[in-house]
Amino acid sequence: MKILVAIKQVPDTATQVKISADPRAIDTTGITWIVSPYDEYAVEEALRIKEKRGQGEVVAVSLGPERVKEALRSCLAMGCDRAIHLNDPVWNVADTLATAKALAAVLKQEAPQLVLCGRQAIDDDMGAVAAQLAELLGWPCAAWIMEETIDGDGKTVRAARQVEGGLEVFDLPLPAILTAQKGLNEPRYPTLKGIMGAKKKEIRDVKAADLGWAPEPAQLSVVTLEALPPRPPGRIIPGDVPTAVKELVRSLREDAKAI
Amino acid sequence: MANAFWCIVEDDRQGTPKKVMAEVIGEAARLSSGQAEAVWFTDKATEAGLKQLAEWGANKVWLLENAAFAPYRSEIWTGAAAELAAKATPKAILAPVTSRQREFVARLAARLGVGLAADCVAFAMDGDKLIATRPVYAGKLLAKVTWAKAPWVATLRPNVFRPADAQPGRVATVERPSVATPSAQMRFVERREEVSTGLPELTEAEIVLSGGRGMKGPEHYVILEDMARVIGAAVGASRAAVDAGWRPHRFQIGQTGRTISPKLYMGFGVSGAIQHLAGMRTSKVIVAVNKDAEAPIFKIADYGIVGDLFEVVPELTKEFKKLLEK
Repeated sequence: MKILVAIKQVPDTATQVKISADPRAIDTTGITWIVSPYDEYAVEEALRIKEKRGQGEVVAVSLGPERVKEALRSCLAMGCDRAIHLNDPVWNVADTLATAKALAAVLKQEAPQLVLCGRQAIDDDMGAVAAQLAELLGWPCAAWIMEETIDGDGKTVRAARQVEGGLEVFDLPLPAILTAQKGLNEPRYPTLKGIMGAKKKEIRDVKAADLGWAPEPAQLSVVTLEALPPRPPGRIIPGDVPTAVKELVRSLREDAKAI
Repeated sequence: MANAFWCIVEDDRQGTPKKVMAEVIGEAARLSSGQAEAVWFTDKATEAGLKQLAEWGANKVWLLENAAFAPYRSEIWTGAAAELAAKATPKAILAPVTSRQREFVARLAARLGVGLAADCVAFAMDGDKLIATRPVYAGKLLAKVTWAKAPWVATLRPNVFRPADAQPGRVATVERPSVATPSAQMRFVERREEVSTGLPELTEAEIVLSGGRGMKGPEHYVILEDMARVIGAAVGASRAAVDAGWRPHRFQIGQTGRTISPKLYMGFGVSGAIQHLAGMRTSKVIVAVNKDAEAPIFKIADYGIVGDLFEVVPELTKEFKKLLEK
């Protein structure tokens, strides 16, 4: 079974982000980049499926500038077999729909039976690409999955998606798209052997022209980025516990009207 | 009706719209000068539910009532919504952030070939353009975004927008358009209910209590649950507490958990790591209780008590009880 995992490289959560001279973008100097955490669950699940079935291929794919190779290399170190890098300045301002279209073009060439993604990337938190990809291909999609099992003959995947108040379980005929929620698995750390091996694995550069991609305007664009408005300064309530608690309750009731 | 703002109805799966729809319809009516329309996919709508949508400000309810629409499958809703959108040409399509809406509108936007802005916290009209504001980079920045063309598709973060005041007796036209219901590839197997805590859902609650590493173990969450029952709150946890196995993941607040925006958030033994703040910083009032006066959460808290949560929590429960008995 061929599984494709679509991942995104994002700034580490703990990294400071500053707005660049162009107010529509962040200043990328000094940023630590990581594979978006939900995407690691997707990679892990793909590797587990391959290991359980005893055969298959796991291909990592990502869209973005040259630095994205590092993220793809991490996926190869975890155990992916090869990687595809959608690396073309045309995609610099890609919105979710343009990203989904580029991935759809790759999927038509690669023809995997299953596509896994994280439930959302933690930079722009849009959480839309997987569903949009499914729509473009006419494939079924289950988002925020907590568990999955593929039947023996590789025709159907049974996935449990997290919804308010419980899990909803569906059977999806393959090919299908699943997005990983935290709790699906515990991603492995690359071994030293994995890291060394990753250096020899293929990362194929793909340009827009290779996909017959005709540039089109982004449907959603950033007008500007802004710093958060500061919260009004808070108040540490002094005194022993009973006094402080009484004052807190009074403040919540009378000043904040929050209770 | 080319200027209508559609509001996709989130319901309780029993025929009643959720109260978050008052926020979505209220915002849609404000942006469109009163041209909000509800679009309701359901297998069974109730009369009371239809009346509620009208009273919140919907001028029209597009009622798509068909057994095929439940349980939700994006493939079926998307086909039907796209067909209706082609005829009715709405200016915008808005929905609350819920498990199904976030996926459905993403798929619908792709079908319609338009942009999607997810998890918005503010909107403004700029001439004939809509500008949406949404948190990005773990809530450290806000992005203002706009669309190349209509319909403008967006989801709204619950508890952020001012709900419409219900206008008793207000009526709406109910239209039952006939649309094709494409057959789904996905087959529903079962729904597994969570063991109910008897407390509100984390993302819907007006008050949320959150316990962090300072809770010291799973057995102590009962003191937060006791307080929650007194004030009608939900109980969540930080990543540290979830990763320690003290609470199931569905209770995690933060970047790799749920995003909440309650009227009142109270953190107990929560340090306030960036990834936790990402999930709760749009809360209206923030209270922090922590032994460590240097804990980062105090920087964004409106009220703080530096002290032992095991002393503060029972005292606070007692005071809330007194207050609410009055």
